[in-house]
Amino acid sequence: MILPGFGLVSQDKLRSAKVLIVGMGGLGCPALQYLVAAGVGKIGIMDADQVSASNLHRQLLFNASEIGQNKVVVAAVKMNQLDNAVLIDSYPFALNKQNAPEIIKNYDLVIDGTDNFSAKYLINDACVLLNKPWVYGAVSRYQGQLCVFNLAEQDTPAINYRDLFPVAPGSGEIKTCEETGVIGVLPGIIGTMQAAEAIKLITGLGKLIYGRLFNYDLLRAGSYEIAIAKQDNPLMIDRDFFESMNYVEDCVMEADGIEEINVATFNSLRTNPNVFVLDVRERHEYPAIDFSDAQIPMSELQDSIAKLPEKEICIICHQGIRSVYAARLIKSQRHVRVYSLKGGLTAYFKEAL
Amino acid sequence: MRIHVLFFGSLTDATVVPDIYLETVADTAALKELLIQQYPLLRTAKYFIAVNQKMVQENTTLKTGDTVALMPPFSGG
Repeated sequence: MILPGFGLVSQDKLRSAKVLIVGMGGLGCPALQYLVAAGVGKIGIMDADQVSASNLHRQLLFNASEIGQNKVVVAAVKMNQLDNAVLIDSYPFALNKQNAPEIIKNYDLVIDGTDNFSAKYLINDACVLLNKPWVYGAVSRYQGQLCVFNLAEQDTPAINYRDLFPVAPGSGEIKTCEETGVIGVLPGIIGTMQAAEAIKLITGLGKLIYGRLFNYDLLRAGSYEIAIAKQDNPLMIDRDFFESMNYVEDCVMEADGIEEINVATFNSLRTNPNVFVLDVRERHEYPAIDFSDAQIPMSELQDSIAKLPEKEICIICHQGIRSVYAARLIKSQRHVRVYSLKGGLTAYFKEAL
Repeated sequence: MRIHVLFFGSLTDATVVPDIYLETVADTAALKELLIQQYPLLRTAKYFIAVNQKMVQENTTLKTGDTVALMPPFSGG
């Protein structure tokens, strides 16, 4: 390859790079094809699904004769035909909380080719935990979003997906491609751009889509960029946080009707005898507080919902994330007013000082 | 006073149009209220707000010529 500014050094970097692509769908397929063609040395590919007729319009790696076969298995064979020097690690199953750290730690970066929020938040949190950058991509209607997250830089704290959207939307809030349909070329464009960002990240060429959300509009053939601000109270995504999250798309969850309240409102609610204050932190978490009516860790909440009193419930946790998920869970099973303290106890103690 | 408001992704399900111009609105909190009155489906929509292509977290004063973007999360792939 003779391209000014590229050369052997870049080619060598690509050859020694290790990339994990999660999801072999409309985004993951083109990303994989371009990265193999570019000479990336080792690529992990992950997807539990089989090739189906309904996704052939946007997953051009596959054809009708492969319907019913495992996507990852088919993709691995084809990629070895494209470049027999590439090492493909096949993971014919879904990423989950248990396997994510073990798998992701073997790669330099992750490309998100998933089609649901729980997977995107799982990738984000696992990458933050392991200090790995990841390339986010997603489509909706005729638009796509693209961003590199969690890039280790000097001086500035790394920006991650939770700086944009601290809490995942409820599963009923945003529909997936399978439900709404998408023009196949759109994820093709976004997935190809994710491959381009990965190549830039590996080689150090150019300016990454980092610190800004890139929005592509197919109908306008234009783009719109938004500079991302680090959250004022950035979340601590540590092992405790990761362990306590659920990362499972739960179809019974409803997002409607949960009130995120500020510290002032919380202070008036917590002294109201008609409001039950529930702490959903794990038992070893500090600091201990004396203003909750009960502590039921998120991991045990499902089994205890029936035992909650017939009162309005105000949920608190460390940072106000788990409490939203807990509020959704309770709301889906109980017809009571449910509140979540925004910013959690971190915000509470900050205000109290 | 003239403010350009852009709706991205699935927010156009609620608004139908991709953008509107508003004559008077003091800040982003007032804008949100106004938009909910005009497009009730926006009440439950999830999005962040950017003023002049910069994400804002707190209520932000608006002035003539500002462009406000409502950006929802996308999840399709």
